[in-house]
Amino acid sequence: MTQKTLVTATINGDVVTFACEPRQSLLEVLRETLNLTGTKEGCNNGNCGACAVLLDGVLVNSCLVLAVEVEGATITTIEGIAPKEGLHPIQQAFLENAALQCGVCTPGFIVATKALLDRNPNPTEHEVRAWLAGNLCRCTGYDKIVRAVLDAAERLREQLTPTAEEAR
Amino acid sequence: MTEQVRETPTVKTNGTAFRVIGKRVVRPDGVDKVTGRAQYGADVKLPGLLYGKVLRSPHAHARILSIDTSEAEKLPGVKAVITGKDFKPVADRVERSGEGMVNYSYLSKNIMAQDKVLYHGHAVAAVAATDIHIAEEALALIKVEYEVLPPVLNVLDAMRDDAPILHPELRTREAGAVVGDKPTNIASHEQFAFGDVERGFAEADVIVEREFHTSTVHQGYIEPQNATALWNADGFITVWTSTQAAWDEQRELSEILHVPISQIRVIPMEIGGGFGGKLNVYLEPLAAMLSLKAGHRPVKMWMQRDEVLKATGPTSASVIRVKVGARKDGKITAAQAWLAYEAGAFPGSPVTAGMGVIFAPYRLENVLIDGYDVVVNKPATKAYRAPGGTNAAFAGESVMDELAEKLGMDPIEFRRINAAKEGDRRADGPVYGRIGYIETLDAIANHPHYRSPLPKPSAPWCKVGRGVASGFWFNWDGKSSASAVVNPDGTVAYLEGSTDIGGTRASLAMQLAETLGIDYEDVRPMVGDTQTVGYNDATGGSRTTYGSGIAAYHLGKEIIREMKRRAAQLWDVPEDDIEVEGNVYRYAGHSITFKELCAKLEETGGPISVSVSVNTHGAVPGLATHVVDVEVDTETGKVQILRYTAAQDVGRAIHPDYVEGQIHGGVAQGIGWALSEEYVYDEQGHLLNASLLDYRIPTALDLPLIETVLIEVPNPNHPFGVKGVGEVPIVPPAAAIANAIYHAVGVRMNVLPMKPSAVLKALGKI
Ligand code: FES
Ligand code: FES
Repeated sequence: MTQKTLVTATINGDVVTFACEPRQSLLEVLRETLNLTGTKEGCNNGNCGACAVLLDGVLVNSCLVLAVEVEGATITTIEGIAPKEGLHPIQQAFLENAALQCGVCTPGFIVATKALLDRNPNPTEHEVRAWLAGNLCRCTGYDKIVRAVLDAAERLREQLTPTAEEAR
Repeated sequence: MTEQVRETPTVKTNGTAFRVIGKRVVRPDGVDKVTGRAQYGADVKLPGLLYGKVLRSPHAHARILSIDTSEAEKLPGVKAVITGKDFKPVADRVERSGEGMVNYSYLSKNIMAQDKVLYHGHAVAAVAATDIHIAEEALALIKVEYEVLPPVLNVLDAMRDDAPILHPELRTREAGAVVGDKPTNIASHEQFAFGDVERGFAEADVIVEREFHTSTVHQGYIEPQNATALWNADGFITVWTSTQAAWDEQRELSEILHVPISQIRVIPMEIGGGFGGKLNVYLEPLAAMLSLKAGHRPVKMWMQRDEVLKATGPTSASVIRVKVGARKDGKITAAQAWLAYEAGAFPGSPVTAGMGVIFAPYRLENVLIDGYDVVVNKPATKAYRAPGGTNAAFAGESVMDELAEKLGMDPIEFRRINAAKEGDRRADGPVYGRIGYIETLDAIANHPHYRSPLPKPSAPWCKVGRGVASGFWFNWDGKSSASAVVNPDGTVAYLEGSTDIGGTRASLAMQLAETLGIDYEDVRPMVGDTQTVGYNDATGGSRTTYGSGIAAYHLGKEIIREMKRRAAQLWDVPEDDIEVEGNVYRYAGHSITFKELCAKLEETGGPISVSVSVNTHGAVPGLATHVVDVEVDTETGKVQILRYTAAQDVGRAIHPDYVEGQIHGGVAQGIGWALSEEYVYDEQGHLLNASLLDYRIPTALDLPLIETVLIEVPNPNHPFGVKGVGEVPIVPPAAAIANAIYHAVGVRMNVLPMKPSAVLKALGKI
């Protein structure tokens, strides 16, 4: 049995210490060790985006990150997207635009969308498609996903823009 | 660059007023799916869980001389190793399973090779260990000795008399009867015929005859196959898995493991796509056998992506020859086709379905269609959304386009002249019920897309073109069961048995709510398993919203009957005299709502729970017409989809978002099949592109928004008019795109995929 290493990281706001082998990916540790199964495995080699997480704010495929590399890092998974009450506007937009069918790609898309809208609050349809080209969905033809992302962007912009009343 | 998201189209509802149906409600499983809480097959966790891995053949065709597992068994942490020897022979028996037929003996040999491996990636052994990496290490310690045999890798080679033979015992069948006396790879030959094609061709003014070749393609669901099994010490087996067909899998497990179905419980977890590829078992029997051998510990397995591509159901590559004749006035006089489909390693390609699809949109007087099911050294093909339909329509609809062009007719007008209507007979026999094919032609002819001028090419060496094609799918009936509990607070807990692959819970709960006259939010749907709800046929064949919807309707009617009894008791009047309107129960001066009556269940006889089972017989086929604009880069051969519009007769759109979603998804898969997806093999039969980078399914950047026109020609055999919608959208795209390419650059494409190199070749540039 390979020797395990202790790793400490902040995952969805909690400081977590886990033991892992050097050959274990972050995806495997999230799913099998930490029971954060919302992050999905679609290919395990960086081709599908189902395993997307934010690592120190950067969008990464967790199947391509070794778990031992995340010492001291801050990680957000799909389980950490929603606020304490209710849903994140991106999640709400995905629901209301019926942007999921089987839903297995959805966690990856939502995390990737968060990364996009954190950087670019007003993307064009083309920018959305280009950013999400690393996330594969086989059910939706991306149509409703793209609409949901544009809708989410609008919802978030509205949240940020103070209303006339607040401005006063 | 200005961009605009096109308006979400509205649905024409023929003026029928519904309370719930037709609304775009949020699905009940939605919150779990956007927060990562939903439990898919691979998310199962059990105490004492072991991890299983499969060793797969590096050869496409070989005899297994020996397997030595002793070193693997010695590795610390390894709890069980299995090979083909652990599986007893299975009866050579064919039964309906999923949407098609299954031969259990072949199925058993497919999930674990016996004496021969028949494709690159065929399972030869499996290991369960305390850790997945230990299981992987153990695989490397298993020694398999092979005698490598020559493979046969395409349908025409496999049909030759001197071809390498996959199954020495296989003999050709015609209409179910054995007709051949020599070993062969041709498992069957079927024929559909009526009229006299020779006479029909003699009457034709124009005849077009062409041959088409299409590649093997995969369903491409994002969630790999998985299974967790516990074979308990009491002999009972529980399997948690991603499946479209829990009951079929229960029967398959029973046959393969020689355990009665009463001792097998299949629990369908949330499923990450299937498209027909998750109708049959792969890992389930292996996980169960490993569990047994590991001392009744649960074993979880899931495939890596290369295993999914190498060893799970792609659909057939094919060679299709089509000859169609027509008179100057546009009337088709004869249609003939010859289809040879690769079945993969075991008989069972969807060639018969392809034969049914190829000319289905048309009223024909003279038709002759021959189809061949042929085994080759590739993975055993499995159903893929309208199985066999896309490649058949690619051939048939390309020829129709060419005929229209030769006759100088608009392609939609040509189709309208020949369009099948209610009462017309299909080549495969059945007479059409209330189909809405002509309505789809009219919808495209009148659509702003079809009426708009072609977009301008983006560069001088790029050309744009517009293509049209139609498609048909049978749509399946089948059996459904459901049960419900009426709660005192006026809600209904609803247990249905159709795996929810893309909004089923919502569309079924809506039909139950509509029947009961109550709010959608007051129906709480859940998917049951083989032990908690009655039998359900597969989620497949475009049957679920239709067939399980009929079950939901009858379930509602049963609840209403019981509620009337309660109201009658309350008012002490005869129950037959109670009138029900929406959610209100009335008698003379009395009236009470569903919700109020629920609050009085305790005083009127206690809880209400009902269950129903239905066997439906009224499915009506789905028809669609698509139009596409493409831009062809004549320097690189790349084809870009500029605009896509799909019109489909959906019967009734219960949840329009999910109907549109089915069309979007089917079109996207059709575009992938048309332009980029294919299995690439070397001469020894090794699959060279077993990853999602190299097996190119469309990304968000490859597709435009896909416009949909939902046409509602209600199915008279369904309480709300539903017709199956999920499969037909994948049928027309390849043909529509081929026709668009022709109208852009003037060459007829006769191969799929129409990848850049194929286009350049057709243009004579390479
Ligand atoms: S599972 Fe990581 S990219 Fe597919
Ligand atoms: S919703 Fe199924 S893969 Fe995207």
